Amino acid sequence: MRGALVLMLPLVLAGCDSPLSTLTPAGPAARDIAGLWWVMLGGAAVLTLLVLVLLAMAFGPPRQVRARVWTHWLGLGLSFPVLGAMLAAGLWVGERVLPRDDGALQIKVHAVQWFWEFTAPSPDGPVTTRDRLILPAGEPVDLIITSSDVIHSFWVPQLGGKMDAIPGRENRLRLQADAPGRLAGQCAEFCGVGHAVMRFEVEVVEAGDWEEALRDAANDGDAEDD
Amino acid sequence: MTDSTAPGQQVATPADARDDTLAIAPNPPRRALGLHRRLSRVWANDPGWWGHVTAVNHTTLGLRFMGTALVFFLVGGVLAMLIRAQLATHDGAFLDTELYNQIFTMHGSIMMFLFAIPMLEGLAIYLLPKLLGTRDMAFPRLTALGYWCYLFGGLIMLTALLFGVAPRDGWFMYTPLSGATYSPGINADVWLLGVTFVEISALCAAVEITVTILRQRAPGMKLTEMPLFAWYMLGTSVMMLVGFPPLILASVLLEIERAFDWPFFAVARGGDPLLWQHLFWLFGHPEVYIIFLPAAGVLSTLIPVLCRTQIMGYGAIVASVLALVFLSFGLWVHHMFTVGIPHMALAFFSAASLLVAVPTVVQVFAWIGTMWQGRPQLVLPMYHILGFFLTFVMGGLTGVMLAVVPFNWQAHDTAFVTAHLHYVLIGGFVFPMMAAAVWWMPQITGRERVRGLGEAAFWVILIGFHGTFFIMHLTGLLGMPRRIDVYPDNPEWVWLNLTSSIFGFVMTIGFGLFVLDMALQAFMGQKQRRDPWRAPTLDWAMPLPAPPYTFASIPAPQHLDLPAREVITILARGEGLLPGAPRDRRELLTTSLGTARPDHVALLPGNTALPLGLASAIGGFVLLMLAGLYALTLLPLVLVAMLIWRWGRGMVRPVDDAPIEVAPGLSLPLQGWRRRTLGWTGSVCLLVANGTLFASLVFGIGFLALVASEWPGPEARVTSAALPWVAIAALMPVLGALAQRRSDALQRRGGDGSAAAGLGVVANSVAVAALAVLALGHMDDPTQHARDALRGVLAGYVALHALIGAGMAGFAMDQFRRAEITARHAGLLPVWRLWQDYAAVTALVAALLAVGLGMSA
Repeated sequence: MRGALVLMLPLVLAGCDSPLSTLTPAGPAARDIAGLWWVMLGGAAVLTLLVLVLLAMAFGPPRQVRARVWTHWLGLGLSFPVLGAMLAAGLWVGERVLPRDDGALQIKVHAVQWFWEFTAPSPDGPVTTRDRLILPAGEPVDLIITSSDVIHSFWVPQLGGKMDAIPGRENRLRLQADAPGRLAGQCAEFCGVGHAVMRFEVEVVEAGDWEEALRDAANDGDAEDD
Repeated sequence: MTDSTAPGQQVATPADARDDTLAIAPNPPRRALGLHRRLSRVWANDPGWWGHVTAVNHTTLGLRFMGTALVFFLVGGVLAMLIRAQLATHDGAFLDTELYNQIFTMHGSIMMFLFAIPMLEGLAIYLLPKLLGTRDMAFPRLTALGYWCYLFGGLIMLTALLFGVAPRDGWFMYTPLSGATYSPGINADVWLLGVTFVEISALCAAVEITVTILRQRAPGMKLTEMPLFAWYMLGTSVMMLVGFPPLILASVLLEIERAFDWPFFAVARGGDPLLWQHLFWLFGHPEVYIIFLPAAGVLSTLIPVLCRTQIMGYGAIVASVLALVFLSFGLWVHHMFTVGIPHMALAFFSAASLLVAVPTVVQVFAWIGTMWQGRPQLVLPMYHILGFFLTFVMGGLTGVMLAVVPFNWQAHDTAFVTAHLHYVLIGGFVFPMMAAAVWWMPQITGRERVRGLGEAAFWVILIGFHGTFFIMHLTGLLGMPRRIDVYPDNPEWVWLNLTSSIFGFVMTIGFGLFVLDMALQAFMGQKQRRDPWRAPTLDWAMPLPAPPYTFASIPAPQHLDLPAREVITILARGEGLLPGAPRDRRELLTTSLGTARPDHVALLPGNTALPLGLASAIGGFVLLMLAGLYALTLLPLVLVAMLIWRWGRGMVRPVDDAPIEVAPGLSLPLQGWRRRTLGWTGSVCLLVANGTLFASLVFGIGFLALVASEWPGPEARVTSAALPWVAIAALMPVLGALAQRRSDALQRRGGDGSAAAGLGVVANSVAVAALAVLALGHMDDPTQHARDALRGVLAGYVALHALIGAGMAGFAMDQFRRAEITARHAGLLPVWRLWQDYAAVTALVAALLAVGLGMSA
């Protein structure tokens, strides 16, 4: 069955437009994690197969077996290296995608039942957009995520993992988009009746065009207000 | 420990393995029918419908727990089908969002609290006395109380669903969404009060499972040699004692916040929503293993018999169980990887989460090794066991993936997690439970299975399950979050969801077939011969269906190594210990903790409606809380106190009984002569749970003080003028403990300790009065800030314990006056001592904490 999935996936991914897919990464963090997934999937398939083969082989005449081989060599000897490798890989990827104090651009993300407010700094003062996040391509961005009502979770699957928006605290998430384009984001933590529609769009523009795009967005916002 | 010896195996154990000082002479054989008739009269339920109300027998109640849990499973299954119908298309207009939210919340809550936990409790209650060679659980009335609390709590939640006011904040009820601001109405209260009501039954079950395993094993059944299922259940019950209190505390705090506006989770007034998450998952993760361990116990019991061999690695498996119990309390944070915890802390919990896989892997390989060393028979229970292996291994592997922090950041709260948890819970619980059902149905019904249907049900369930949930991993990775009802902008998820929905209905048909199969067996099966599986364990050493008294005589050490079919007649003829019911009362044998030496004869209470009355009184409290009639809740609370007093009076036994000869040359005293009765051990268990609750409260205080943003709060009004009253409240329970010791000393000398016990009443009452003075005259308004609310909770905790201490002292005083406490009979004194010491220690700690939270000069 695992094999079938592996065969199936490319078809799915090629055939469909998947704006929220973690498997079509559009940034380094999501790409690292997707890589982690594919390796883990392969390992899981091998281990599942191993268990099934051992089970199938059990159906037969009784064998002389030594308990220690099963409980110690297989039970401990197999699991520790596998789990140790996973822990190391997880830590390595985790460290790579963590925010650093390197003066990266900071955008404030404020979650409200049931919409998103993004506030970016610009020469003309902070610009706030609603349900629309504008990012410069190829540059790391730190998102400062807050909420003032209930818990939400900020998630742009094609860029990286999610981060909760929790009343009373500021969470920081670093994302980076590879190239200009349109991506999608959504709330991932159940937050009431509007949870399913609490979505936003992510507009990635060339780094040089970012301030202008922000200015345009601000003007759009003014127009909407009128 | 050797790898090959399991108790009661058909192989002979080396003579030196058993303690040869524990040779117990057999009783002379008697007429089995005569013993059966008299025992049945003593142990049977009352006739007619009244018998259903007053039943306390473990066989009856175990089956009732399992039957009720099955009904809730079907209800939860119907809700799951409504969810799948809604998600089958991208703009499902089937349910509105509000109702959909209620349905998925109830699906999760029902499956966790009203199906899985009661099902495993029922299995343990039904099976343990039979497996351990005793006649009933340690506290039969507690079994019944647990059942009624479970039933009433479950009915309250179901009724709320019927009236459209069911909980709707997801089964883990995150604050602030579940707080009064964002969830007005009674929906969240239904969850908090209903689930806490049901948890009373979990705690009752945990206490008596622990005591039964530790104190009621057949003589000679050492702890280190008892059937593995008992080890698994011991691990489970300890986890329940330690795991449920954090959730109970969290529920009580949130209900207080909702009802009385005391802030614990509200950020603006010094609370923190993450406190809820920590407390919830401190329960929630052990919960997964609480559900898995009994199922694994079933597997360790069934697999060797089905392979005609012994379990491989008894010692390694016991070590794995203990490791799981320990580790499962150290990884709750892996449900909170996305809340913004520092990466190094995440690394620790990630490592712990990966490490917990190791004992599980050891068990899986021990089971497969057992199959290699034997000759597996491909009969229906084995089908379900293979279903378990396939499903659970995959669920375990996705679980390991989710323990890897960066992957968790992506997969958390998506359909991937939904798929994972169903693989683990259906693979790790439902498949083994179906194997258990097939296994023990002949014992329950005394009838054989109708061939063919069970196999069909298995295949339909297996195909339906994997068809539903396998591709759901992919759905999640393609970005579908949990708990959404529509996805109009994501046509790429439609075929995945539609497939899951179709197979979901297939799985439902399979479960329908399974239930039909059990019904056919119960009503139409051929009569079952004894010991159908040729099992080595004592649960089959009895006629089918199991008689209410379980064993006509208690197995002696020499019976433990014989196969069940040989022991049946020996025990039925009364050749074991304590044969029959010659004194026309319910008697069983208690043994020592480690080596199971005979200790004393315990008398169990008979049929009574008291548990129903007590559960109804608690139910009245819950309903009045739901109705918001807080002042009126005092009435049911007074009733609860009165009924508990009556409950205690029901424990009192005639004091002048002679020792009972349980076997030739072996006379044992009655329970009243021992200070360490079953009730004493049960009280220790209860205090372990209580201590965990208090420790969780201390954790909560520390967490808010250190982590919450709005600390320190506004200037406290409380001044040093309060200190004398704090000192009185803290020291009076200590005086109570001294009064208890004085009573103890007088009792040992055969003197009258009623005055000393009376001093205990006064001391505890003064503590309550001092707390009342503090609350009315000195303490800050608890709605002002979390600090003041926490002080209020500490005061309430100490007051409640002093009140109960006063009640116990009063009870002991009454027993002195009635001459029920004598030089030989300690009455309630040992239990009062435990309680009073606990109350004194917690009062001192609470006083230090309350003062430490700060006051103005």
